[in-house]
Amino acid sequence: MPLAKRIIPCLDVDNGRVVKGVRFVDIRDAGDPVEAARMYDRQGADELAFLDITASSSGRDTILHIVEAVAKEVFIPLTVGGGVRKLSNIRSLLNAGADKISINTSAVEHPEFIEEAAGKFGSQCIVVAVDARRVPGAEPPAWEVYTHGGRKPRGLDAIQWVERMCRSGAGEILLTSMDRDGTKIGFDLELTRTVSAAVPIPVIASGGVGELSHLADGIEFGHADAVLAASIFHFGEYTIAQAKTYMAGRGIEVCEIIDSEVAGDS
Amino acid sequence: MSKVLIADFGTGNLHSVINAIEVAGGSCEVAASRAAARIRRADRLVLPGQGAIGTWMAEFEDDEVRSAVDDALRNKPVLGICLGLQALYQHSEEDGGVAGLGVLAGRVIRFDRRLTDAGRTIKVPHMGWSRVHQRRDHPLWKGVPQDARFYFVHSYYAEAAESAEVAAVAHYGLEFACAAARQNLFAVQFHPEKSRRQGLRLLANFLNWDGSD
Repeated sequence: MPLAKRIIPCLDVDNGRVVKGVRFVDIRDAGDPVEAARMYDRQGADELAFLDITASSSGRDTILHIVEAVAKEVFIPLTVGGGVRKLSNIRSLLNAGADKISINTSAVEHPEFIEEAAGKFGSQCIVVAVDARRVPGAEPPAWEVYTHGGRKPRGLDAIQWVERMCRSGAGEILLTSMDRDGTKIGFDLELTRTVSAAVPIPVIASGGVGELSHLADGIEFGHADAVLAASIFHFGEYTIAQAKTYMAGRGIEVCEIIDSEVAGDS
Repeated sequence: MSKVLIADFGTGNLHSVINAIEVAGGSCEVAASRAAARIRRADRLVLPGQGAIGTWMAEFEDDEVRSAVDDALRNKPVLGICLGLQALYQHSEEDGGVAGLGVLAGRVIRFDRRLTDAGRTIKVPHMGWSRVHQRRDHPLWKGVPQDARFYFVHSYYAEAAESAEVAAVAHYGLEFACAAARQNLFAVQFHPEKSRRQGLRLLANFLNWDGSD
């Protein structure tokens, strides 16, 4: 009975609303985050991710309130990220009800922060988010790490970077292909597979899902442990249940939904 | 009103545990504290935990805390979650080797990364939803379907030495004890507070449990 592969809807939150962009820009509104979280819980999502995409100081308070409101109603793991710079930020988010904290920019600027955070809160709590873009013409293929919501190239090789973060105590990698984010043409499977082979910790594939087949491809060909998607779920194109049924049909182990869970609010 | 105390030993995510117990329990009074006096006054004790066991066990260097918890382990319904399960065994190899509370027979060891799951070497931590196969009847399993999936996140697991104390097993590279039961103690490696309705059911069963086997 193998471990189920996880399906994780992701809520990109800006100023208290769920938004979704294409290649990190051109943002459009996709609703109230608490409503969305409740819906995904009912549909049988295996985890939820909240990313505070602006992470201004006012955004910080907003996200704490949202995490609190969601944690009261949803009994699946919550990963929260965006603008986490200090151990005290992690503590506040955990106290608000987050289970895992995703860290991106601060990991690049202060790699020792990951070691401190994992030492204090445990590796299981620390997710390192990596936004990677293919280096044009590189052979063999290579990817560069970007930060600041995809605006700033960092001159770091993505594979070496995830290896280093793993040694520092990261418990999981949230890997986003910036080339694919919002494009709906599928994950960068080569990137996903390369990262998954490079690290002995779970890898969440992200960026580019437009069809249910893309989710299954991420597992089957990208060797991801979990798949994350936003727009195919937010805009009602597919439910989590449809995604699980499809993946199970492709022979992928998924966490089946118990009937009473989808029966309603009881 | 039944007083439920959640031991706050400085690690992990107490908020989720408190919230889930409040939702599952209806009328019980839930509080989190590390104070020996509070532990003594409680009707039932929850030992939750995430993070590293060394920090967690350091709390027991306080004799008052140790004695209050030891007393609860003998006399009150106690639920261990994650580290709270691991700490009940005799020894953990985490943090260079740490003695546990020693009320369950066995030791806690790290997943060997050479193990395989579904044909590939395992990733550690074991993170996600695995089936929990109940090995014996117990009041805490009431209404929890056999082989229901629960949410796990851990790098170490219990190698139980006494099969009568194993209440359920899970499989990740190998079969391991994911729930333990002995008299007034019940402990789980998974996170019932993060395991949907089946997790809330288990917590509700704990709140209604008189501590008999």
